[in-house]
Amino acid sequence: MMFIDPHAHMISRTTDDYEAMAASGIVAVIEPAFWVGQPRTHVGTYIDYLSAIIGFERFRAGQFGIRHYCTVGLNSKEANNEALAEDVMEILPRFALKEGVVAIGEIGYDEQTELEDKYFRLQLELAKELELPVMIHTPHRDKKRGTSRSMDVCEEHGMDPSKIIVDHNNEETVREVLDRGYWAAFSIYPSTKMGNARMVEILAEYGAERIMVDSACDWGISEPLGVAKTAKLALERGIPQDQVEMVCYKNALMAYGQSGQMHEDDWLNPTAIDQRTMYEGNSILRGGREPMVQETAVKRNANELIIE
Amino acid sequence: MTGIATELLMQWLSNRLTPDQSSWFHTQLQKIAQSNSDRELHITLGMIPRKLGRADLLPSAEELSAADKHAPGWNPTHWSIDSTARIAVICHLASLRPEQFDDTLTDLIRNADLAESIALYSGVALYPQSSQLDNLIGEGLRTNIRSVFEAIAHNNPYPATHFDENRWNHMVLKALFIDSTLAPIYGLDKRANPELANILCDYANERWAAGRLVTFELWRCVGPFATGKMITDLERAAATDNQLEKQAALLALSDAPDQQGHQVLNSHPQVACQIASGELTWNTISENARASNA
Repeated sequence: MMFIDPHAHMISRTTDDYEAMAASGIVAVIEPAFWVGQPRTHVGTYIDYLSAIIGFERFRAGQFGIRHYCTVGLNSKEANNEALAEDVMEILPRFALKEGVVAIGEIGYDEQTELEDKYFRLQLELAKELELPVMIHTPHRDKKRGTSRSMDVCEEHGMDPSKIIVDHNNEETVREVLDRGYWAAFSIYPSTKMGNARMVEILAEYGAERIMVDSACDWGISEPLGVAKTAKLALERGIPQDQVEMVCYKNALMAYGQSGQMHEDDWLNPTAIDQRTMYEGNSILRGGREPMVQETAVKRNANELIIE
Repeated sequence: MTGIATELLMQWLSNRLTPDQSSWFHTQLQKIAQSNSDRELHITLGMIPRKLGRADLLPSAEELSAADKHAPGWNPTHWSIDSTARIAVICHLASLRPEQFDDTLTDLIRNADLAESIALYSGVALYPQSSQLDNLIGEGLRTNIRSVFEAIAHNNPYPATHFDENRWNHMVLKALFIDSTLAPIYGLDKRANPELANILCDYANERWAAGRLVTFELWRCVGPFATGKMITDLERAAATDNQLEKQAALLALSDAPDQQGHQVLNSHPQVACQIASGELTWNTISENARASNA
């Protein structure tokens, strides 16, 4: 089965992770621009960060047969540094039209401050002007109300819910997000966000329409195989295969494909120039071995010598 | 120089674009000319692949020869439509605002995505030359992205005509380090030098010591300067079972100024005969290597 991980901060991950993801069936990832664990204090570091996710990270993923896309945006935490935020807003438009940018994101609320609200709204307007989808980061704290508020604000700005992906949902937020016509994404992230087993329960209850699963893997203790493992568990627990394909592949493609920057042909039938320059192809798609989720898990082991 | 290049690029594009695409592109060029900020420039460069597509340019023999005639070594064989259009925009810009050109290009390269980096660097031989441009190219060569490195190193006359010996030698060595190829480097034989030959032999010995393969192409830059210890290295390479490496080492020995080199070559009479007849050349070896990789 082919998978897409529509939320993965690969810039923080190792090549072991890329290998494991490719082996588990991941064909494409979306890297949202985010907070790097420590506040950036200059627009220059933002520029270099955005350049890295549209350039070097894309190349790095391509070496493992994974197509890499990204979203660009000013995240909610850094929106609270007004001087930085102003400068970042100035440079965002030029990055939003780069190749492989599939949305403005991840944007939204953290502490739900006035500044967060201001820059969330400005970025919604930018997305509307550039006709790009939006990836919304819902807050960890006061999540339920923060999620409702995010959608209220989108509607105030006349945004089309079918172009908005609301991420980091849980049992408490999913109903409203789906009822209001948005895409609902779930981050399978140990300890804090969502677990595999809970996710399967949600699929059993809500079906697969407009739901997608991601790993949100980053610099924290997280699981880059979140999508593949959830698919495995869902199949074992009797969720029909076509539904698993929707939440682990098709829905992400449909939602972010609205940018015009992400097509199934990118990995199934890449253009000649891409094959020469940035995409080494996927061994699984070339008729290689069957996807294996567990295989690489034991690789990090001092007994595994570097024999050459 | 930039003016004629722009004309050629525009002509290639107009032979391939639909009327709608052509008119969009011309409108954008006018907007860039009339605008006081870089906004239209960024939008145009960003929109080019969306509006004009990303197909290969596939230049005709006449187009290739016109390119080479205008700037010897300019070889757009592997260019795509979008990269051609982006380079046309840059050349257009160079004639519009020559005094700001270097700063604008620096800014564009700093913000470039992968395809833009490849395009901007592929066209460097056509831009107005300056020390700032030269620094930018030095920065580009330091990339870890093979395709960006190759945009400078391959089928591009800039390195052969502008690099000093140290930068040239490091470009060749880096091509080997990142599993790139040497054959597409314009001026490879002309810019070969004794220092590079020494560096490459050291590198070959390093590879042998580590039990790794030595890229056959390396010997091409060694041959013309091979004496003494280098002949021994070539002899060792010629003794391998790997056909490509053996042929390359013997071909290099046929270029060696040293009589001892020719003795080693003659101890492999079959290959020596192929070399003498012109049946085996650096071109045929590279073609065979490509065919066996395909």
